[in-house]
Amino acid sequence: MHILACVKQTPKSDNVKIDPATGCLIRSGAESAMNPFDEYALEEAVTLKEQVGGTVSVITMGPPAAENVLRDSIARGADKVYQLGDMAFAGSDTWSTSYALSKGVEKINAGQKVDLIICGKQTNDSDTGHIGPQISAWLGIPNAAFVRRVVEVGENSITVERLTEDGTEVLQLPYPCVISVVKEISNPRVRSVKGRMAAKRAEVVKWTADDIGADKTKLGVKNCPTRVVKSFAPKRDSNAVEVEGANGKEKAAKLVELLKENKYI
Amino acid sequence: MKDWKNVWILAEVSRGKLSPTAYELLNAGRALADALGEKLCAVLLGKNVKKFAADLFEHGADVVYVCDAPQLENYIDDVYAKTLAGMIKQYKPNKFLLPATNMGRSLSAKTAIFAGTGLTADATEVLINKEDGQLHATRPTFGGNLMATITCAHTRPEMCSLRPMSYAKAERTLGRSGEVVEFAFNEQDFTSLAKFLKFIKSEGEGLDLSEAEVIVAGGRGLGKPEGFALLEKLAKRLGGAVAASRAPVDSGWVEYRRQIGLTGRTVKPKLYIACGISGQIQHMAGCSGADVIVAINKDPQAPIMKLAHYAVQGDLYEVVPAMLEALEK
Ligand SMILES: Cc1cc2nc3c(=O)[nH]c(=O)nc-3n(C[C@H](O)[C@H](O)[C@H](O)COP(=O)(O)OP(=O)(O)OC[C@H]3O[C@@H](n4cnc5c(N)ncnc54)[C@H](O)[C@@H]3O)c2cc1C
Ligand SMILES: Cc1cc2nc3c(=O)[nH]c(=O)nc-3n(C[C@H](O)[C@H](O)[C@H](O)COP(=O)(O)OP(=O)(O)OC[C@H]3O[C@@H](n4cnc5c(N)ncnc54)[C@H](O)[C@@H]3O)c2cc1C
Repeated sequence: MHILACVKQTPKSDNVKIDPATGCLIRSGAESAMNPFDEYALEEAVTLKEQVGGTVSVITMGPPAAENVLRDSIARGADKVYQLGDMAFAGSDTWSTSYALSKGVEKINAGQKVDLIICGKQTNDSDTGHIGPQISAWLGIPNAAFVRRVVEVGENSITVERLTEDGTEVLQLPYPCVISVVKEISNPRVRSVKGRMAAKRAEVVKWTADDIGADKTKLGVKNCPTRVVKSFAPKRDSNAVEVEGANGKEKAAKLVELLKENKYI
Repeated sequence: MKDWKNVWILAEVSRGKLSPTAYELLNAGRALADALGEKLCAVLLGKNVKKFAADLFEHGADVVYVCDAPQLENYIDDVYAKTLAGMIKQYKPNKFLLPATNMGRSLSAKTAIFAGTGLTADATEVLINKEDGQLHATRPTFGGNLMATITCAHTRPEMCSLRPMSYAKAERTLGRSGEVVEFAFNEQDFTSLAKFLKFIKSEGEGLDLSEAEVIVAGGRGLGKPEGFALLEKLAKRLGGAVAASRAPVDSGWVEYRRQIGLTGRTVKPKLYIACGISGQIQHMAGCSGADVIVAINKDPQAPIMKLAHYAVQGDLYEVVPAMLEALEK
């Protein structure tokens, strides 16, 4: 089985600082790493490979520095890694990003057909959760999002559990297909020494927009349908009110009073 | 683009029930439709869903588009997205709001590609720009640390998923009615090979987090799984639901579906009571949208004591039972 995990390099979640004046992300000093959800996606890919055999490939679209998450993927058990990098991709929204990734998948298919694509539920930066379902739309293949468990990996199809607000749905998807996974799917393992060594030596396949045969009129900030027109720090209203009282009991009574007074309960 | 008219909302139906997000979207959509001087239309997809049209009219819809077919009984992304894209192609809506529920987030994303248009994710505010009539959708990003306003200038419809509980429910006007337009299910949209096998209802009764106006959340500070029984009591008394930080989920004290935060769920209740939770940035990412946050924590220096609106310093095992007592009065 050929499994492709999609990973994105994003700022580490505890490092996000917004300039309150400009409303922009302060990038300097912000460390980057693999998007947390993609760790679960990659781990699941490696686990499934260990169960049924095959190859785990990883793809990312991103700037030159994003090569780091691909090397990290090798350390975590991936076999082959692909980077889509081109100025033409810069500033793409999810419509364009998913288009580019789908063209990357087609190019990988030409070498060895991909059976299963695994994405994270969402990223920790722009966190739209669009990319998984949208790659499947461009490729015209089935998908499921919010996948919490792989029930069975069959010869021709995979059976998965998808989280809903009220429970779990069980779906069977024929290959090729796309799943987007939540944290519950797996427990990322620690990187092995052997993996770290392999990561240093690994070849990163790099493709431009032309290499993957992408239509440049569908790419980048100028051509994509949506645009970020404004960004700003969220308003934080007043500081915390300390609920006073001589002991826990008094404080609790005061809190209930305050909540009732303000009609929160 | 002049041919593209009217504001659409998707009225989600799941397991024979109309989702309360439908009323929220009707409220948000009504303001957009009025600003544009266009109609507000709701879309119903599913099996035996036509009966919900009357309710949607009473909550503000002028037109209800219905695709009622046995093939739509369960949610399969391909089938739903192709059907929606077919409706969009035929009726050309100007704006289209969908709920940012699990189903809505996945469906809106796939539909946007089939319909060849842009989509804003998980917005909490939508407005019409007076000058150009465009939709300006504002959404929290970077775990709630940055707000971004997104537009879609050149393609229609401008699509947007709207976070549940961001808008109040539309008010009901008894007897208000409108026009039903039926859209025939296209057999060619049923080529998906994905199969729906079954639905397993989540254990434990009680409200889902996305619908709860009050959420009582517990963290590592509970110290033991049994602590959740106490929180359950408080939640029940307040008509709310129980949630957790990541620590108790990782310890197996409570199901993952109850985890709030960056790698869990994002909620927007009126009241969020955090008990024994320190308030790390990854946790706050999931709950900072609450109207009011109460922190109950032993440690006055815990970050949440500054991030909350009301900070109660104390042992949750003393404070929570005392709250229950005070509520009895
Ligand atoms: C503040 C801000 C707000 C934005 N809002 C929107 C919006 O509302 N609508 C919109 O269309 N665009 C939006 N964008 C653009 C969007 O961020 C980019 O298109 C982004 O590259 C992909 O979206 P995402 O990070 O949300 O991915 P998600 O859809 O959240 O990612 C889901 C999964 O897809 C895979 N994946 C995502 N990106 C990549 C990648 N580059 N390479 C490989 N795999 C990947 C990963 O497996 C990931 O876990 C916004 C950008 C910014 C800066
Ligand atoms: C990539 C990434 C993603 C993450 N995603 C999430 C996520 O989605 N959700 C999430 O929650 N976390 C997430 N985390 C983890 C997060 O950083 C914190 O570790 C976690 O939120 C801590 O949980 P806690 O507040 O319950 O525990 P702690 O930080 O240990 O806090 C326990 C608190 O309880 C208080 N306490 C102890 N006993 C009592 C008592 N008897 N009465 C009152 N108070 C008491 C203590 O003073 C303390 O403040 C993520 C981390 C990373 C790196």
